[in-house]
Amino acid sequence: MALVHGAGVMLMAKRLRCKGEKMSHLSKFAAILSLAFAVAVIAPQTQAQVNPTAESVSEDALFEALGTDGVVSGRVSIPDRSAGNLIKPENKAWASLHSNTIVTLSVIAVFGTVLALLAFYVLRGKIRVDAGLSGRTIRRFNVIERFAHWTLAFTFIVLALSGLNLIIGKSVILPLLGEGAFGTLSAWGKIAHNYLAWPFMVSLALILVLWVVHNIPNKLDVEWLKQGGGLLKKGVHPPAKKFNAGQKVIFWSVIVGGAALSYTGFMLLFPSIAGSFTDWQFYQLIHALVAAGLSAIVIAHIYIGSVGMEGAFDAMGSGEVDENWAKEHHSLWVEEVKGTSAGKGAATPAE
Amino acid sequence: MARMKFLCDSDRCIECNACVTACKNEHEVPWGINRRRVVTINDGLPGERSVSMACMHCTDAPCASVCPVDCFYTTDDAVVLHNKDTCIGCGYCSYACPFGAPQYPQTANFGTRGKMDKCTYCSGGPEPDMSQAEYVKYGANRLAEGKLPLCAEMCSTKALLAGDGDIIAEIYRERVVTRGYGSGAWGWRDAYGEAVTV
Repeated sequence: MALVHGAGVMLMAKRLRCKGEKMSHLSKFAAILSLAFAVAVIAPQTQAQVNPTAESVSEDALFEALGTDGVVSGRVSIPDRSAGNLIKPENKAWASLHSNTIVTLSVIAVFGTVLALLAFYVLRGKIRVDAGLSGRTIRRFNVIERFAHWTLAFTFIVLALSGLNLIIGKSVILPLLGEGAFGTLSAWGKIAHNYLAWPFMVSLALILVLWVVHNIPNKLDVEWLKQGGGLLKKGVHPPAKKFNAGQKVIFWSVIVGGAALSYTGFMLLFPSIAGSFTDWQFYQLIHALVAAGLSAIVIAHIYIGSVGMEGAFDAMGSGEVDENWAKEHHSLWVEEVKGTSAGKGAATPAE
Repeated sequence: MARMKFLCDSDRCIECNACVTACKNEHEVPWGINRRRVVTINDGLPGERSVSMACMHCTDAPCASVCPVDCFYTTDDAVVLHNKDTCIGCGYCSYACPFGAPQYPQTANFGTRGKMDKCTYCSGGPEPDMSQAEYVKYGANRLAEGKLPLCAEMCSTKALLAGDGDIIAEIYRERVVTRGYGSGAWGWRDAYGEAVTV
């Protein structure tokens, strides 16, 4: 308003000046006086009002005005709309969360478990079959079960190692191999991670179908857990069916953790389905945390299935376990199996 | 050595996109990759501002901290560069960057993004300066020729400033004092941990 007013006065003064030649000195003086007056009146107004070209929109003001947690976005002329996000300070929060918290937690989960198991091995030693090996075996896992288990196991190990490489590779393997070889290794690791995820998901589903009936928690599990599974004391063997409570914990951890890893991993593989940056960051965090936790559980599983316990590996190796091992660790399951195999030839016994 | 920075004076930027075009042409950047872009805030409204944005070559760059293969390095001029031979295209740097700088030649194709590409501050990559290998992967190395980034050199209104941080901040300060207003050095707080105070 003031500006328009000012321009009007200026225009008037100009017109007056044009006529000035014909004007008397008095009218000239009057015109100058009125101009001076107009300027004197307008000047404070001009100072007070905001010049639109000078209106400064500071980054801070816009951050506040947008009210979108410091995200500044606008219009871009390129097809990628997400390029309109000008500044996203919260990305730095993810960066620090990933490179500090996630790395620390992963290292604790993996190496902490290894150290704990090492301590356990030193204190408890290999868990032997108390009655000694009988030499007679019982079929524990058929070929389909073993195929599903080893597909899951192999893919998980490659996925876990290639994933762990992304967390600690640059501080452990990079100094050993140098940047070129480490880059190549990590690139292959990424390809393996992307493609082996699929057989992992298939075998996870297969495992669920095959074993879910044996893994429904029941009263026996409470008793098993109360006795610490007989892990801590020699000669203690709480009764268990095909899977004891410890194995059930591993089963459900693998199923739930594996499903979470599959879902978040799928989203990371197909970023356009997942959404935008915030979603990717979220999925990456969940993926990394679940992977660290599940790795710790699986390391313990590998331990007890190999060096930790005599006779345990045969269950998944040949599928045939020693009878005495089975009696000690899965007493009720042995009774079931013996019952059915005995019952095959004879008439069904009366109950 | 200088501490190279970018500063976009959003009160001068007229969204002509010459910086974007200059960058694409100078480095023969492939279609779909935008090392630099111009974003217009409050488009068509009072207080409209355009800002030209690329990699800000941050102090303690978040991209470098999350890179699983450690392919980033900082030059003596404080320019953040990366090694495409080491890059595995995991995308973490793009999650970490506050400025949307990392670009990928492929998107959403089963997670294979290809090697990351971003603004090099016109200073190439780890290959020998001004070599063909360097040009193919990263584009021209103007800094090695003693020149500043072309986007800033080409800027018609001199909105985009490139050079030593202290010097361009001083130029910006003088402008703000002279004209009596300034929207601030966009992104400086997030990139360098300090705003330009006038």
